[in-house]
Amino acid sequence: MTSTASTLGPAAVARTGAHAGLVSSTLTVARRALLRYLRTPQLIVLATIQMSLFFLIYRYMFGGAIHIAQISYVDFLVPGFIATGVLFSGIGTAAAMAEDLQQGFIDRLRSLPIPRSSVLAARALADTAIFAWSTVFTAAIAYAVGFRLHGSALDGLAALGLVILFGFAFEWAFIAMGLFAGNAQAAQGLGMIVFPFAFVSSAYVPVSSMPGWLQVFAAHQPLTYMVNAVRALTLGPHAEALLGHPASYFVVRALVWTAAILAVFLPLAVAKYRRG
Amino acid sequence: MGTTIEAQGLIKLYGKTRALDGLDLVAHSGQVTAVLGPNGAGKTTFVRAVATLLAPDGGTLRVAGYDVRQDPRSVRRLIGLAGQFAAVEPAMTGRENLEMVARLFGQGRRAAKRSAAAVLEQLGLVQDGDRLARTYSGGMRRRLDLGASLVGSPRLLLLDEPTTGLDPRSRNELWEAIRGLVEGGTDVLLTTQYLDEADHLATQIVIIDHGHTVASGTPTELKRRIGGNVVELHVRHEEQLSVVAQLLDRLDQSDAQIDAPTRRVSVRVEGGSDQLMTALRSVDASQVEIEDIALRQPNLDEVFLALTGQPTAGEDQDAAEAA
Repeated sequence: MTSTASTLGPAAVARTGAHAGLVSSTLTVARRALLRYLRTPQLIVLATIQMSLFFLIYRYMFGGAIHIAQISYVDFLVPGFIATGVLFSGIGTAAAMAEDLQQGFIDRLRSLPIPRSSVLAARALADTAIFAWSTVFTAAIAYAVGFRLHGSALDGLAALGLVILFGFAFEWAFIAMGLFAGNAQAAQGLGMIVFPFAFVSSAYVPVSSMPGWLQVFAAHQPLTYMVNAVRALTLGPHAEALLGHPASYFVVRALVWTAAILAVFLPLAVAKYRRG
Repeated sequence: MGTTIEAQGLIKLYGKTRALDGLDLVAHSGQVTAVLGPNGAGKTTFVRAVATLLAPDGGTLRVAGYDVRQDPRSVRRLIGLAGQFAAVEPAMTGRENLEMVARLFGQGRRAAKRSAAAVLEQLGLVQDGDRLARTYSGGMRRRLDLGASLVGSPRLLLLDEPTTGLDPRSRNELWEAIRGLVEGGTDVLLTTQYLDEADHLATQIVIIDHGHTVASGTPTELKRRIGGNVVELHVRHEEQLSVVAQLLDRLDQSDAQIDAPTRRVSVRVEGGSDQLMTALRSVDASQVEIEDIALRQPNLDEVFLALTGQPTAGEDQDAAEAA
């Protein structure tokens, strides 16, 4: 295809029916999303500052009042903060998706001879990459203020991999949200739904400290399993005493949730996108 | 002469609204076809159907012989779409934007670079090609958007209200660019609510209203079709507009139209110079002071009024707000 293009020129290519395949069109569209992120300093700087501020507030302000048996609060907090981070970066995904829809960018892409799935796949890929970057950045700040891995380095890497995998699955929920919202403000508004999931979980405080009726939700919602899976992998020998189960218990459940979220939201987003 | 677009009895429903209500349209290759109509007439819905962005609920629609419902991918290889909103990526340079779309048309890296450079040249954006699109003026963005629809060398270019919201100078620049393309052999379907735009650019005009075709033909044919001429009077004092309107009402069967801001009254007449003379005499007798009196061919505003029974006034403002 490439050689045809360089010998016959663009006109010939368009008319002989060549078209970009799934992989190359996904990468091309994803590149645009990444460039937009990298070249819009407000986005990076604001997101980074906001995230660091919240982290430091938890670490130093609330952290002083929260006591966890046997481990320091920073070691408890960081897995929770990182695993729930996807919810907050997801609001950006929903808004960006809605904006593309609203401003006609999606119309342009849909009028091109590319596989339709590549547009959404590109968004999921690009935003997962951005999320992975911000996770690594958060981990670096966490390290600077006292967070340490108590398990092996391999467990640490596994935890990072898990977080990125959750991120990828959740991106689809936010892509669907953006497509249904239709405009960026509405998408941001719908994004508020993340707050109960982030806060009524084991991310920032132990579930046992909540009133009974909240505990029911907090203990069984997906974020708690994800947070605990990451926590179990980073706390090493302290994990089982604190969490009541070995790491594998949480990792398996977190992976089941990840698969379930993908199974629901990926087809939902694709169906909504196809219907236009 | 081949056919680029063939629509027969096209229907699109949004709930109870019939956005397209049995629209018939044939666009021939080698020319610019303008779809003209007020807001809500179904222009954008039609373009979106041609661009395979929505599936019609009834009727048939073929683009270069391909049915848009059965073979949308073949249609997508042939078309380029530029919309009302400039759908370019502000955080990429003009050149990067064009290269991206070229790549999505399946061009290799080098071919994409070449086509992007050619389009920048064609649209007079070479100097600004390496600046981020967010630094472009509205007119430049619109030209870049047009460029993005061209970079795949489409056989058929779809322009949905390409100049809505542009200042007169940018509008002229865009018109120039569109004329250049047509000379280069691209077929164009454009929608507009500006009558002069259709008059300037189109070989064929299709007037639609409430989702169906009201009339179609060349600009000259359409003007001839509603017959006769227009007597137009330019009065000195605004208060006298209604007096003159009463006088002109008596000339022929049509009602006189008042355009207060320009202090003009016009009326369609079947004949020509006889009625002009009659008008002149009766105005002279009434002692109204006039700046000018003329006999001319009807403009498209008047064509629209005659064919649909409603004026186009007010639509332009809505469009400007929407943009």
